[in-house]
Amino acid sequence: MAAPFELSDASVVVVIGTGAGGGVLANELAQKGVSVVALEAGGRYLPEDYVNDEWEAFGRLSWLDPRTTSGDWRVAKDFSGLPAWIVKAVGGTTTHWAGASLRFQPHEWKAAQTYGNVQGANLLDWPIDAEEMDPWYDLAEKKLNVTRTNGNAGLPGNNNYKVFEAGAKALGYEQVHTGRMAINSADGDRQMCQQTGFCFQGCKWGAKWSAAYTDIPQGEATGNLEVRERAHVLRIEHGDDGLVNGVVYADADGNEHKQMARVVCVAGNSFESPRLLLNSATSMYPDGLANSSGQVGRNYMRHLTGSVYAVFDKPVKMWRGTTMAGIIQDESRHDPSRGFVGGYELETLSLGLPFMAAFLDPGAWGREFTSALDQYENMAGMWIVGEDMPQETNRVTLNHDVKDQYGMPVANVHYSDHPNDRAMRDHAFQQGAAVYDAVGATRTFPTPPYPSTHNLGTNRMSENARDGVVNKWGQTHDIKNLFISDGSQFTTGAAENPTLTIVALAIRQADHLAREMSAQSL
Amino acid sequence: MNIQSKPRAMTRRQLLKNSAAAGSAFVVGTGYLAGADAAWATETSTLQPRTMATLVQMARDIYPHDKVSDEYYVVAVKGYDTPEAAEEVEVGIAILDGAAQGKGFASYLDVGWERDRVDILRQVEQSPFFQKVRGGLVTGLYNQKAVWPIFGYEGESFSQGGYLDRGFDDITWL
Repeated sequence: MAAPFELSDASVVVVIGTGAGGGVLANELAQKGVSVVALEAGGRYLPEDYVNDEWEAFGRLSWLDPRTTSGDWRVAKDFSGLPAWIVKAVGGTTTHWAGASLRFQPHEWKAAQTYGNVQGANLLDWPIDAEEMDPWYDLAEKKLNVTRTNGNAGLPGNNNYKVFEAGAKALGYEQVHTGRMAINSADGDRQMCQQTGFCFQGCKWGAKWSAAYTDIPQGEATGNLEVRERAHVLRIEHGDDGLVNGVVYADADGNEHKQMARVVCVAGNSFESPRLLLNSATSMYPDGLANSSGQVGRNYMRHLTGSVYAVFDKPVKMWRGTTMAGIIQDESRHDPSRGFVGGYELETLSLGLPFMAAFLDPGAWGREFTSALDQYENMAGMWIVGEDMPQETNRVTLNHDVKDQYGMPVANVHYSDHPNDRAMRDHAFQQGAAVYDAVGATRTFPTPPYPSTHNLGTNRMSENARDGVVNKWGQTHDIKNLFISDGSQFTTGAAENPTLTIVALAIRQADHLAREMSAQSL
Repeated sequence: MNIQSKPRAMTRRQLLKNSAAAGSAFVVGTGYLAGADAAWATETSTLQPRTMATLVQMARDIYPHDKVSDEYYVVAVKGYDTPEAAEEVEVGIAILDGAAQGKGFASYLDVGWERDRVDILRQVEQSPFFQKVRGGLVTGLYNQKAVWPIFGYEGESFSQGGYLDRGFDDITWL
C-alpha cells in the first residue's frame, strides 16, 4: 500500500507530523495525486492496540520527550517536565482527543477588532473570516461525521451529562446539548459509540474520528502517500536560494537521513513546530527559519481551561459513557459586562480514579483531598474551554541546557495567565459550581488546568509579515515553499476546541497547495 | 534478614511495637491485615522493619482512606525496599522521627492522633523525600486495580461491550 519514495526524490511534499493537521493534509494531497512523504516521530497504534487504562495508555501514547517549563502557570510547578498531554503516534493527538467539533463564532476571527485594545495582549485579527471558512468547515464536518451536522443525530446523554443538563437548565441556560462530536451516533463508515468511556485513551471501537485509522490509510491506499513512522525530524534544510530543500530526520535506530522535498509542511504541534524552525537556524536565517518577524514561538495559547468537579449525596458514575458529550454554550458569547473579553464553553468531562488522583488538586494531600476521592462514585465533572489572550512573552524557546535523545535543545514552554484569563476562569469556576449546586451538590472543586492538549499560536497567521509567521494559506511569509499546517497557525484561540478548525484549515491548505503546484508556482 | 514464617494475628499497633522490639524480624503487614496467604505480604529485604512500618503510616497519613486497608499502602511503598532506595528512605524516616521528637513524642509511630502526625508532616512537606513519597503514592496507591472497586471505579469496560446496555444513563435520582 505504501508508496516508497526515494530520499533523493525532490518532487515530494514532506509533511512533518500526522495528526489533525498533518494527517489530514497528507491524505487530502494524496487524494489529489500529489506525492507525499509524511514523517511521524511516533509509532503506529490502531484500535486493537489501545487499552482502557489511563496510565498504561498515557505511557504508551504520550509525547514524553523532555521539555521544560517556566511562568506562573501551575503546570510549571506540578508537572514541570510535562507541559502538554499530547500524543506521539501515527494520527497524533487525534488518538487522544475527545471529539468535540465546534466552529469558531464569526466574531472570533476578528478578536482585535471585536475586543479592542486589551492591555498586555498581542491580539490580532485572522486574515480570514467566517464566510471564507464556511465551506471548509462543511467539508471538515463531513469528513469527521460530526453529530448534529449533516443530519446526524446527537449522542445520547450519559449520567454525567444528565447531571450537567439538569443543573444547566435549573440555572436558566438554554444552549445545552450533547455536543457536536466526531463520534458516530449511528453505524456508518465508523461504528456507533458503545458508551465505553476511555475516549482519551484511543477509541477501541473506532467510533471516534482519528486520523490513525481514517485519513492515514485512505491516503496510503492511493499509492501517493508514504508514512514513515518513528522518523523524528531534527531540522529543515535550505539551499543558497533560501528555499527549503528537504528535512533531516532520525530513524528508529537513530540513523540520520535527509529526505529531499519540493515543499515542506510542518505539523508537529505548537511546541515541536516552532522548536523545529528554531533548531533549523543557519547563517542565512540566524534566528531560525521563517522568523524575520521574531514571532516564531511567541503568542503561545492553551485555552483557559480548568475543571469543576462536584460531589453529590448519590452515585453518578461519571466515567460511564462518552467522556465529553455535553456542552453549555451560553457563556461562549463576547460580553464584556462579565468583566472579561471573549467567552468560554463548559463541556462534560470525566477522569478515571487514577487520573482524578493526579489532577483534581495536584500536590494536595491529607483529608481535604482524600475525602473528595472517597466520593469518586458520586462525582460529576466538567471542563472549561475559554479563549486565552495571546501574549508575546508566553512562548516556546530553545532550552540549550537540556538536550533530547538526539542531542537537540528541547522546547521550554513559558506561560503566565493574562488578567483577562484569570477573570474568565474565576467566572467559569463560579458558573460551573452553580450548575452543580442547582442540583444539590454537597461540595464542588475548582480544579486547575491540566497539562495542555490545546496548544496554539506559536507560528501565527497574519496579514502582514511583520506581525506573524504565516499568511492566510499557512505559507510562511519568509520562505514560499515552507508551510505550517497545525494549530500553531492560530492567530487567536477562540472559545472552541480547535481540532475542527485545524482540519478545515488543512483541507483548505491542501487545495491551495495542489493548485499552486500544478500552476508551477511552487 | 530473618523471615517470619508463621504470621500471627495482631493489631497494627501491636505489630508496630513488636517490630520496634524485634529488630530485623518483620513481615510487613502479614497476619493482622489479610491473612497469611496474602500475595502482597512480604518481609523487608533492605529497609529496617521499623522504617517500613513508619513509611506505611506516613503513606496513610498523606492519603488517608479509612475504607482502604493497610495492604494497599504496603504495596504502594514496597518499591522503596531496595538497596538503591533504602538509604534515602532511612534518612528521610530518621528526619521524620526527629521532627516527632521535637514535638515531644518518642517517634513518629508513637504519635497517637492523625492531626499531630499531619503537623509533623507539614514540617517536612517541602523536602525532596516527602515529595518523592507523596508523588509515588499518586500512582502507587490509586493505580492499583485492586483498590478501584473500593472507590466504586469500574476500570476497563471494552471487554464487556462498554456501557451502552449496562447503565451509561441509569441515573435515577435527578
